[in-house]
Amino acid sequence: MSYQIPKFRHPDLPVNELGYTRADYEGAISTLCAGCGHDSISGSIVRACHELNLEPHRIAKLSGIGCSSKAPTYFLGKSHGFNSVHGRMPSVVTGAAMGNRDLLYLGVSGDGDTASIGMGQFAHAIRRNLNMVYIVMNNGCYGLTKGQDSATADEGSASKKGDPNPFSAIDLPGLALQLGATFVARSFSGDKGQLVPLIKAAMSHRGFALIDVVSPCVTFNNNAGSTKSYEFVREHAEATGTVDFVPMREEITAHYAPGTGTEVTLHDGSVLHLEKLDEELDPFDRLSAMVAIEKHRAAGEILTGLIYIDKDSRDLHDVLETSRRPLNTLTEEDLCPGNKVLANINSSLR
Amino acid sequence: MKPTDISNPEYFHKVVDCQYACPAHTPVPEYIRLIAAGRYDDAYMINWESNVFPGILGRTCDRPCEPACRRGRIAKGEEPVAICRLKRVAADNKMDIRARLPKIPEKKNGKRIALIGAGPASLTVARDLMPLGYSIDIYDNQHAGGGMMRSQIPSFRLPGEVLDEEVNYILDMGVVSFFNTEVDSLKEVLDKDYDAVFVGTGAPRGKLLQLPGLEEAGKQVHIGIEWLASVAFEHTESIGKRVLVLGGGNTAMDCCRTSRRLGGEDVRVVVRSPFADMKASPWEKEDAMHEGIPIYDNHTPKEFVIEDGKMTGMLFEKVEAVYDENGKRSLVPTGEDLVFMPADEVLMAIGQENSFPWIERDIGIDFDKWDMPVLDATTFQSSNPRVFFGGDAAFGPENVITAVAQGHQAAVSIDLFCRGEDVSQRPDPYTNLVSQKMGIHEWSYDNSVENDPRYVVPLAPLEETLRNRKLEVELGFDQDTGFKEAERCLNCDVQTVFDAPRCIECDACVDVCPTDCITFTENAEEEEALRQRLNAPAGNLAQDLYVSTELPTRRVMVKDENVCLHCGLCAERCPTTAWDMQKFLYSVTKAGL
Ligand SMILES: Cc1cc2nc3c(=O)[nH]c(=O)nc-3n(C[C@H](O)[C@H](O)[C@H](O)COP(=O)(O)OP(=O)(O)OC[C@H]3O[C@@H](n4cnc5c(N)ncnc54)[C@H](O)[C@@H]3O)c2cc1C
Ligand SMILES: Cc1ncc(C[n+]2csc(CCOP(=O)(O)OP(=O)(O)O)c2C)c(N)n1
Ligand code: SF4
Ligand code: SF4
Ligand code: SF4
Ligand SMILES: [Mg+2]
Repeated sequence: MSYQIPKFRHPDLPVNELGYTRADYEGAISTLCAGCGHDSISGSIVRACHELNLEPHRIAKLSGIGCSSKAPTYFLGKSHGFNSVHGRMPSVVTGAAMGNRDLLYLGVSGDGDTASIGMGQFAHAIRRNLNMVYIVMNNGCYGLTKGQDSATADEGSASKKGDPNPFSAIDLPGLALQLGATFVARSFSGDKGQLVPLIKAAMSHRGFALIDVVSPCVTFNNNAGSTKSYEFVREHAEATGTVDFVPMREEITAHYAPGTGTEVTLHDGSVLHLEKLDEELDPFDRLSAMVAIEKHRAAGEILTGLIYIDKDSRDLHDVLETSRRPLNTLTEEDLCPGNKVLANINSSLR
Repeated sequence: MKPTDISNPEYFHKVVDCQYACPAHTPVPEYIRLIAAGRYDDAYMINWESNVFPGILGRTCDRPCEPACRRGRIAKGEEPVAICRLKRVAADNKMDIRARLPKIPEKKNGKRIALIGAGPASLTVARDLMPLGYSIDIYDNQHAGGGMMRSQIPSFRLPGEVLDEEVNYILDMGVVSFFNTEVDSLKEVLDKDYDAVFVGTGAPRGKLLQLPGLEEAGKQVHIGIEWLASVAFEHTESIGKRVLVLGGGNTAMDCCRTSRRLGGEDVRVVVRSPFADMKASPWEKEDAMHEGIPIYDNHTPKEFVIEDGKMTGMLFEKVEAVYDENGKRSLVPTGEDLVFMPADEVLMAIGQENSFPWIERDIGIDFDKWDMPVLDATTFQSSNPRVFFGGDAAFGPENVITAVAQGHQAAVSIDLFCRGEDVSQRPDPYTNLVSQKMGIHEWSYDNSVENDPRYVVPLAPLEETLRNRKLEVELGFDQDTGFKEAERCLNCDVQTVFDAPRCIECDACVDVCPTDCITFTENAEEEEALRQRLNAPAGNLAQDLYVSTELPTRRVMVKDENVCLHCGLCAERCPTTAWDMQKFLYSVTKAGL
């Protein structure tokens, strides 16, 4: 058994604008089961951060409890990290984000961590449009505690040792739309081509960005009869269309001829190019997105891709008009501006 | 691209870079692992089977394996495993292995073979044929066996005892030797009714530059290889204080270093080409410079300067290398004044040639326009079916390991020929592919990758080695260092074997692979196009792509073999054992098998 990844990397790995290779965004060797979908998602996060030229020390990755919540150890080894209590990651992110708005907050959670014990926290983080990326590594079970059905397990789906699940499933993207999320996507751990641009887009979005990633649990939920197995997902996934992320500095026209798709300019100036969209889905219309999810679900399909984006999203900082600077950079002078200012405030209230 | 046919033994053989590059295809990683395990006898015997002279080669091999070694290309500045010097560790630390040498049948098979020349090529033929019951006579004009390993390679690189030991393993098999015997007619040998004759007489003639003043300089000028032989055979014991060695190959390096030991104080190597283009191996140049010998490059010798009937030095013209658009080099004079270098003696080490004045031209052996025998490049048979060639005598001067490799092939041919079989029907190599899995994530080889840089072989004190020409310069690795150097080996013979039907395309192998070898992608018609689709740059065209059959998503698995560390992580992280680590043993078949 290997406890370490060899130090050697491909000698000709491309470097990004910061001079880093992909290897600079890796973490420790995974201790998850061989073949766990969560590891692939980690791989996609590494790629996305490298391609976005993010400085590792400007990222904070936070998680709850579960195999999925362990995953942050296996990527971004040079970033900030916080492994919180089961289901409580959103409140820790809220605190951190209020304290320092300059970091990129990446929450990593599981379907158990989110849709069961953490449901309340999840709902309120969405409602407040907290500026974060929220990735659910969704395997339809509690992997860490040996595979019990979770709240996202589909009705009738059976895990390796279990009977068919008698309860209906919570659809996280559907729920998020209902709660007012400003960026909603779904993907599959085994489709990096789709997942990497979605992560990049989510990281560039201002506000709460949910990516629900179906991520097979090879050990407890990858059997025939499960609707979260590699095979089932490959057969039943329906993409809304292809998504491409074009960094702000590049000319979108160099990539696509005009009129070949829809373009969305994100808050930071980068551009999303959406192609071959599902005819009935308008990703800028919440209602259309909700309908599309339900329609595909009724047809026994899993809708993947970018489902909804609010181009004019205002995040929690905008709404609360919080300090533009991280709290730890505020000096005594900033915080106690003196009698004159106090007198002004008081007189304004008279 | 079509799926890779891994049942073709050459596919995995090529992945074992060192073994593939070794002319004798020594199973390098196999013996390196045995050294790490402290099993020196076993490591020695693996070598002995393939290359016959592990103790000699562990000190003197030209090591074509090392530039090929994967370790040298996995990172910038990373150096290859010290494959050659590890061989020496096996030889130095083994016990008495004589009981493990092949038994020689008392009852002979009735076939008689003559070997002309007792260098490594002939000795290899004897090694392979004696155990099969052949009766062998060996002829050589020197007083003992070994050929140029004895007459040319100086004792400070190859001690006499090491040479004697390994030459005697073969002669002691019952080879009948005729030493101090110059063969001056091949016809006479053929007339002795041998069933086959092997010519392993090397390339014994040194070249001489005809420059003005050569005749007057007389005995102050020597041909390098003749001079080295006369030192080895103790006819020459000293040299003048100021010595010029002309030439840039390994012979020049041996000449200058030997001169330093025989009284030369101002010894210089002068070479026409730029330093980087010199034929000598980098380590030979380093060793010479370490002994205080300067190398003057870009100097073309013009004439010997004679004063009062005595040579006092030489004149050189300075040149510079100019390359045309095809990269062809020409040495163009710079126009500067000629340079004078004083000298008491001059050694010419500017190359060797074959010469076969003793082979009659009417005995069925064809010679080409360069006066070289016409041979089949695989069987080493000449146009006279009873006569075979090998070593430097076959295709010109090479090195010991090439002579050995050719000796093995010639022995296969001689055996087939003597049994009345078709010599062109070469036997297949022996191969074996075995899983190294011992438990869920357990391998029977040490799959972790060590980070240590290459270890340096310690040297005896310079003063002492310069005083005694027989004192070996290199001390060799001790057991501890040998172990550490052995651990640098990546075990490239432990192959990543992919079983497509098992793969569920979970990407775990792709994600874990430290060097981004693996990609799942749509296939392409052309290799070039497929290389463009891989996760990491795949520009090393000398290394193959391993392409699977089509997977359920209609993609294929493509592995670029180039910088695979053979760490086994792909197989550890694969949930379905679609990847397995399997040890591939490849041995060139010997005569009689
Ligand atoms: C100075 C020098 C240093 C070298 N150093 C190295 C080194 O470090 N590593 C390396 O791998 N290679 C080295 N080589 C090359 C290596 O020695 C030869 O390539 C190798 O020995 C060739 O082996 P062989 O069996 O073909 O012939 P040889 O070793 O040349 O043996 C041929 C034998 O046949 C004898 N012979 C020739 N003609 C007749 C005849 N008519 N009758 C009877 N006997 C005859 C010769 O005297 C000799 O003993 C060196 C060569 C030189 C010149
Ligand atoms: C407060 C609390 N309750 C229960 C647990 C036990 N527990 C650990 S992980 C887990 C479920 C994790 O499921 P999920 O979030 O889907 O992660 P997965 O392992 O499937 O990736 C549970 C119930 C706990 N650690 N803490
Ligand atoms: S139990 Fe399932 S979710 Fe957890 S590591 Fe193993 S495969 Fe992944
Ligand atoms: S053995 Fe497997 S994981 Fe290791 S470098 Fe080679 S392909 Fe990659
Ligand atoms: S880890 Fe195994 S099953 Fe998964 S993609 Fe690689 S070879 Fe296929
Ligand atoms: Mg789960």
